[in-house]
Amino acid sequence: MTDTAAAPKKSGGIRDLGKMFGGGQSSLRQFGILGALIVIILFFEVATGGQTLKPGNVINIVNQNAYVLILAIGMVMVIIAGHIDLSVGSVAAFTGIVVAIAMNRGGLPWWLGVLIGLGIGAVVGAWQGFWVAYVGVPAFIVTLAGMLIFRGANQFIGNATTEPVKDDVFLQIGGGYLPDPDLGLPYNVPTLILGLVAVALVVFAEFRGRARRRKVGAEAVPLWVSLVKVVLLAAVILFAAFLFAGGRVGTSFPIPGVILVALVVIYAFVTNNTVTGRHIYSVGGNWHAAELSGVKIKRINFFVMMNMSILAAVAGMVFISRSAASGPGDGTSWELDAIAAVFIGGAAVSGGIGTVIGSIVGGLVIAVLNNGLQLLGVSSDRVQIIKGLVLLLAVGIDVWSKRSGGRSIIARFSRPKKVSATDDNMTYPLNRPLVEPGDSAESSSRPSSTTPNA
Amino acid sequence: MVDAPFILEMRGITKRFPGVIALDDVTLRVRAGEIHSICGENGAGKSTLMKVLSGVYGYGTYEGDIVWEGEVARFRDIRQSEAAGIVIIHQELALIPELSITENIFLGNEPKTPFGSIDWSTARLRARELLQRVGLRDDPDTQIKNIGVGKQQLVEIAKALNKNVKLLILDEPTAALNENDSQHLLGLIRDLRDKGVTSIMISHKLNEIEAISNSITIIRDGHTVESLDVKADGVDEDRIIRGMVGRTLENRFPEHDGSGIGDVFFEVRNWTVQHPLTTERLVAKNSHFTVRRGEVVGFAGLMGAGRTELAMSIFGQSYGTVLSGEIYKDGQEIKVPNVAAAIKHGIAYVSEDRKALGLNLLDDIKTSVVSAKLSKIAPAGVVDDLQEREISENYRKELRIKTPTVDEGVNKLSGGNQQKVVLAKWMFTDPDLLILDEPTRGIDVGAKTEIYGIIRKLAESGAGVILISSELPELLGVADRIYTIFEGTITSEIRAKDADPETLMKSMTSDKKKDAA
Repeated sequence: MTDTAAAPKKSGGIRDLGKMFGGGQSSLRQFGILGALIVIILFFEVATGGQTLKPGNVINIVNQNAYVLILAIGMVMVIIAGHIDLSVGSVAAFTGIVVAIAMNRGGLPWWLGVLIGLGIGAVVGAWQGFWVAYVGVPAFIVTLAGMLIFRGANQFIGNATTEPVKDDVFLQIGGGYLPDPDLGLPYNVPTLILGLVAVALVVFAEFRGRARRRKVGAEAVPLWVSLVKVVLLAAVILFAAFLFAGGRVGTSFPIPGVILVALVVIYAFVTNNTVTGRHIYSVGGNWHAAELSGVKIKRINFFVMMNMSILAAVAGMVFISRSAASGPGDGTSWELDAIAAVFIGGAAVSGGIGTVIGSIVGGLVIAVLNNGLQLLGVSSDRVQIIKGLVLLLAVGIDVWSKRSGGRSIIARFSRPKKVSATDDNMTYPLNRPLVEPGDSAESSSRPSSTTPNA
Repeated sequence: MVDAPFILEMRGITKRFPGVIALDDVTLRVRAGEIHSICGENGAGKSTLMKVLSGVYGYGTYEGDIVWEGEVARFRDIRQSEAAGIVIIHQELALIPELSITENIFLGNEPKTPFGSIDWSTARLRARELLQRVGLRDDPDTQIKNIGVGKQQLVEIAKALNKNVKLLILDEPTAALNENDSQHLLGLIRDLRDKGVTSIMISHKLNEIEAISNSITIIRDGHTVESLDVKADGVDEDRIIRGMVGRTLENRFPEHDGSGIGDVFFEVRNWTVQHPLTTERLVAKNSHFTVRRGEVVGFAGLMGAGRTELAMSIFGQSYGTVLSGEIYKDGQEIKVPNVAAAIKHGIAYVSEDRKALGLNLLDDIKTSVVSAKLSKIAPAGVVDDLQEREISENYRKELRIKTPTVDEGVNKLSGGNQQKVVLAKWMFTDPDLLILDEPTRGIDVGAKTEIYGIIRKLAESGAGVILISSELPELLGVADRIYTIFEGTITSEIRAKDADPETLMKSMTSDKKKDAA
């Protein structure tokens, strides 16, 4: 322990692979969820006799779940900041009916409809953000109220009936595919190009990151880890590209999927790399400390609530576009699907922990589960029971593994027992000496009278 | 009084925590029907001793004997000690604000009707009697939140009386009270003594101790220093102080001769701050102080004196309501309505509670280091992770933070290293004025010495440093100039080399302005 700092850490590739999720302490947990997703996919692939990974089915999964996954992006930010949003389903439905009526009866062009939809999301979000951030009403209450208000508003405006959506361009948002030029190939070329571009970006990002890290002389991830990671990711992307490209003629990678991927990339960047993203994590992790570090907490809370409603508006528009109509029952219980996705994806109920990518993976776990069980002919009552149990199990394992040492279950099984045994002792306040013996033990046992009654 | 038998004897009490001995062979003897005070600096072990006595640290977790009314007592929890007649009233009152006086008095101890439901009429009747005994004329149906802290204290005592208390332990009973309420409370404790209730009082207010106590036990660093009989030994405040601080300064502080000290650049005038909840209470009263460039200014004061409150109110009004006052920096008045403004004006505040207020324990080291001035490495709102790593890496080396990598979570670090991360976080904001609130609390001697070195280095680089500390040797060893604070008032200003623990303690325990120099 004389100069541990200079010695490069001999961590295995598993930990480094966890950095695919942006590193940090929750990455291992998310790595576990990704593993679970793969296991579930393989299970259903076998159980359904190869039905799960058929192009048509995969396209179906994306189409049916894009809007919930879009909600999960906003929801994870809300939950990281330590709040919750129960109103997203109602807000999506409210946006949907207004946009549908504006285009259908008002004759507005599709782009104006989209702008109006986004505007509604912003206004609704500002309303809820105002109550949460500036008045200080708990988000649970504000959005519970919002859930009622905007559900009612949907039915009030739409007269509790269904409004059709007919604009051809608008219908592409939720129901369209990448263009399918007839080149005489069994595959959709634009989808393949998209896949290749994605692979190129992954390779570029990985090796640029390596170069940057080398420049500051930071601990370098072993080359083989980078290679394995790139090859694995590229393989997955290309496999998916061929799946999506290989469907029946006229189908390819769906537009909702494109919107989703774009949003994931943008929001993963915002949460990981921007000041705003950092502030969201700090508010959720310890808002007292954040406030004393100059973070404008109210502004952050306002932002996450507003952003959530805007994304709910996007989800609402994708949905009415896909179903070519807006109805009074749209978006029912979407909030619960989104929240479940976020928690399965590794977010903490107490805030401060969670990632966009993790939530998407969590959402895909639910999506594949839904789809696979349906393919197997399991009735919807039992599907619900199974989904509930999966949520409980995922979070339960997380809580359990945290209590017994703050490590993920995957890490527990993938490391020698000895290591986790020492880590078990590191739960504060009986912090055992890690580098400075006796040091922290003293702090834990000072009589409480040393604390001024500030 | 001298002849009265001992109602309580604590013999050779030793209480160990992992790595620390909080109490080492402590002896306390209390005679029946007296008021016995326990004195000692913050962290001396007073509260731990009372927790042993009241069963919070139950039988078996300590060594030594508690002899209560002539028999060895083995309290396993608070209920057992209360059943024996020992009741402790903590500094933070254990009353429920939303419940009425009656409901609070009988909480957990409710009189029952024959049918098993609560007999409220009996309860109310008895509450009225008890309130009369403590001299409170309020309606027993009043909610606790609607009466002042002074009266709440009396309700606590009424609650204790209801339990047939024989020994009443009061931990800092007057810390939150104004002069009138304090006098009333002390009078009541005297009355109770005359009616046969023995009291143990922990207090930092030496004048009160001197006025009310029959005998005094002084504890220092977990040892009993002495037991004094107030009348027979002719005890006065000076005598108590000598007992409390009598220890030698070790040579673990960096050398400094005051040569690098420049002009006054930071000045606070007429600073008056209101308590956030109790509006009649002022935590800072017309405070005025200055800081020079290159100077370490010490703030000395006992628990609850208002040092933290003063510092936080200056740091972007993070505490209470500032009623009046101006801040001048480099001769110009500056406005500091929030923390962001404070950071912009070059003020940094390192909190005394690094876990609750200083760090996001979910973060890793590099994220924490840059968190107070992210804009510095994020010109367009996008954090430059390369610079982040480089900067935190530099601080890791400069401050010798013991960690394999800056990717490590701060919750994995020891107290001393966490504190270094917090220091790095605030050094990163390029502060002109760095306020350090108990920067060495709960960290070991080695790390302390390192932190003293960092403090002196910061001062030498031209920053002003305010050092708030409960450890007098630390203040005397590190600071150039010291202000003493008592109940929100700055009572004296003294150059560190002219000061000694006794004079400081005197000004920290009374607001009589003494010519300390």
